[in-house]
Amino acid sequence: MTESLLSVRDLGVSANGRPVLRDVSFELAPGEVHGIVGESGAGKSTIVKLMLGILPRTMEMTRGRVEYRGRDLFALAPAAFRALLGAEIALIPQDPLTALNPGRRIDAQLTDGFRLKRKLPRREADARAIALLEEVHIREPHRVMRAYPHELSGGMRQRVLIAAAFALDPKLVIADEPTTALDVTVQKQILRLIRGMQERHGTAIVFVTHDLGVVAQICDTTSVMYMGKVVEQGPTDRLLTAPAHPYTAALIAANPRYDRPEVGLTPIPARVIERMRAEIAADDSHG
Amino acid sequence: MAEAALVKPLDDPRGERVPVIRRLLRDRKVVVAGGFILFLAILAIFAPLIVPIDPLAQDLSNAEAPPYGFTGAVPDFLLGTDDLGRDVLSRVIFGARIALTVAFVAATLAAALGTTLGLAAGWYGRWIDTIISRLVDIWMAFPAVLLSILLVAILGSGLHSVIAAIVVIDWTRFCRVVRAETMAQARMDYVTAARAIGFRRGAILLKEILPNIVPVLIALLTLEMGIAVIVEAILSFVGLSVSSDTPTWGGMIAQGRQIVHESWWVMSVPLLMLCATVIAFNQLGDGLNRALDPMLRR
Amino acid sequence: MTAVGVVLNRTVTAAITLFGVAAVVFFLLRIVPGDPIAMMIGPAASPSDIAALRVHYGLDGPLSLQFLIWLKSALVGDFGISITRHQSVLSILGDHLPATIELAFCALALAILLGGAVAVLGTLAGRRHGSVVIDAVNGVFLALPDFIWALIFVLAFGVAIPLFPLTGRIDPSLDIPFRTNFLLIESLVTGRFTVAGNVLAHMVMPTVALALPLAAVIGRVLRQALNEAMVQDYILLARIKGMSEPRLILSEALRNAIGPTLALTGVQATFLIGGTVVVERIFAYPGIGNLAIEAVINRDFPLIQGLVLMFGLIFILINIGVDLAVVAVNPKLRHG
Repeated sequence: MTESLLSVRDLGVSANGRPVLRDVSFELAPGEVHGIVGESGAGKSTIVKLMLGILPRTMEMTRGRVEYRGRDLFALAPAAFRALLGAEIALIPQDPLTALNPGRRIDAQLTDGFRLKRKLPRREADARAIALLEEVHIREPHRVMRAYPHELSGGMRQRVLIAAAFALDPKLVIADEPTTALDVTVQKQILRLIRGMQERHGTAIVFVTHDLGVVAQICDTTSVMYMGKVVEQGPTDRLLTAPAHPYTAALIAANPRYDRPEVGLTPIPARVIERMRAEIAADDSHG
Repeated sequence: MAEAALVKPLDDPRGERVPVIRRLLRDRKVVVAGGFILFLAILAIFAPLIVPIDPLAQDLSNAEAPPYGFTGAVPDFLLGTDDLGRDVLSRVIFGARIALTVAFVAATLAAALGTTLGLAAGWYGRWIDTIISRLVDIWMAFPAVLLSILLVAILGSGLHSVIAAIVVIDWTRFCRVVRAETMAQARMDYVTAARAIGFRRGAILLKEILPNIVPVLIALLTLEMGIAVIVEAILSFVGLSVSSDTPTWGGMIAQGRQIVHESWWVMSVPLLMLCATVIAFNQLGDGLNRALDPMLRR
Repeated sequence: MTAVGVVLNRTVTAAITLFGVAAVVFFLLRIVPGDPIAMMIGPAASPSDIAALRVHYGLDGPLSLQFLIWLKSALVGDFGISITRHQSVLSILGDHLPATIELAFCALALAILLGGAVAVLGTLAGRRHGSVVIDAVNGVFLALPDFIWALIFVLAFGVAIPLFPLTGRIDPSLDIPFRTNFLLIESLVTGRFTVAGNVLAHMVMPTVALALPLAAVIGRVLRQALNEAMVQDYILLARIKGMSEPRLILSEALRNAIGPTLALTGVQATFLIGGTVVVERIFAYPGIGNLAIEAVINRDFPLIQGLVLMFGLIFILINIGVDLAVVAVNPKLRHG
């Protein structure tokens, strides 16, 4: 069996004593795209923050282990952790508007990685950046390079961020709801782009989203989360066609059917929620 | 105007006044600073009764005597004497009179002038605002110190000219802040509600908006007092304040500056008092700003 | 608004402001009790002598006429003759201005360096103890004006630990011919480093006294601006890219913090110029500040008017400079 790229086991995180993540576990093989789906407050972004080392001061990891390529991520010295970030682990952030420094040109922000980590000279870094911009289908890469973030559209900014994420051929990319802030029409393009980049670079992706439709399009495997707990996990198509847990089924059913408007909207049934709350409460009192 | 009481705005912070005072008293720096100024005020008010020696009395046989504890000190003069044998301690206490009088009167008058114009500019807007803002801009093109020196030179020496000079320079500070605050308040819902009910514009300004500006005003006033003390000291340092007999901190510093190598205490004591007073006013103003900040949902 | 637009706008405002300033001072001075001419001559002068002198200094005729005459000459650079120094006002200004320019520049540079260092170091210290201490110290420095610092330095370094000279601009024993009055720049450029050192030694105390209050303001405002910048998402992303903390602050956050800081502290720079009036006096430093006090005490009208105009002009230039700088630093403003 191929060694897991990322192995998360029994992860627990609390904020002021209140549990935010409850025994979260999943494995990621090299090149695999794993989706983490759930409603707001399910704990998806907490996982992201934890893995990137930016957990807010009010939260702390209470138990569990995160292993990257066999090494305990949190046992690393800060310098080693920082060396890993950017070079092997990258992020595609949620909001392209605020994720780019408004005071720096795109060329500077794109070439950061090349100059910081690979110590490339300016000219070569610029050339690589242009190649990246072409890879993400930006039509006038030279103009974009000289531009400031506020001169680009939201979709273009997200493309730039995707380019930046894949710049150093990372082994793992964490995508934190990268399409949420975009127009629906642009979302599909961006998703296809991410999938394309992933296949070309052979990168593993942890894809966080609240949208089952996105998961269906791009994720090989998926974890469904609710209130910090992984409710169901497995290959995406199996999950979506034959869900084992009632919450997953309810989630699927709640998806608006634009092709069948007569069906209407089906909210998550209250009994499903109550049952899960009871399960979680029982787990908490034991653990 | 019973209706005015009915139109209590939703975001009216007036109801929270009591906790603010309590919050202030809990702030150590504010208590110390306020206490010092109070102490100084008492000294100033009762100066003629407290002072050990007549501040104007010259004793040339004991000129330039060092303070208590240093060799050559004369027991009657606790903080030493200046080059004319005048008691430094007594003069410093009397200097506090001038400093605090100027501080309170000048700052209050500057506040009154600046607030009136600021309210007018912020509330009535348009050409009134343009004129007043343009006036403020021209005013601020003068270096403040130069302007004050110029004014005192024109008006002649005396407390009234010092106060006038300070008012004339610094009213712009109040005007700007009050104008901005007025404009911000005017945009709020309770003002729209009052207009809708039919209150006259002037009434709204005085009864609704002004009370909400008072907290900011008080903090600014305290800071302004510190500035007034400085300006007075500068003016008396340059010799343009009250007549040269009346002891002022600035005047003492100027005299002390001449003999600073031989008798350092003549300049140091008033300088120390000046620093302490200015820092005290500053801390008080800062503390007021801090205490009022959460109230003003910035 | 483009850079050109800003300059044009400001120039027009500046002209109006200067005119207002000149007019106010002109008429204010004429109200002064105390006739400068009479003060100048002795009691033995005859009325015709006094009258002649009045004409010479342009002090005859109705006020508004005097003002127009003065205005006309001023526009071509003729500010009249100084009553106390018997030289053209323009040349006196020219003699004394370089000293203040050198002083002001050094003070400004020092203030920016100090204030910037305090802000950056405080941000690096983050939430730790050092940050609180830095803030508290900054608070004390905020309270005291340049006038008080100057006096403290006189006590500390002039008397207690005599390190620097207390008065003047250069050792009178150093009788070296200078071509311009920019003593510091000229001595540096011509390689006379000991002389430059001497000039610098004389400048140390007034420069630091002038710089400290501005540094404190810059420290406080820049710190707040940096704090605001550091919680932005792009900083987070840069951190994830693996940037070290100092690089984050200096390379990413600082450029976005400078704009708001400039807007708020630009005005303070004019206070620095105003501060030269008293600080130069305390250190007997021969610049326009010292000149100004002397002129007022001696009721030297032409000199006072020239000086007020000069100060006004400097203030306006600084304001324009700050406005331009704010536009230059913010890429969003540059494209309109």
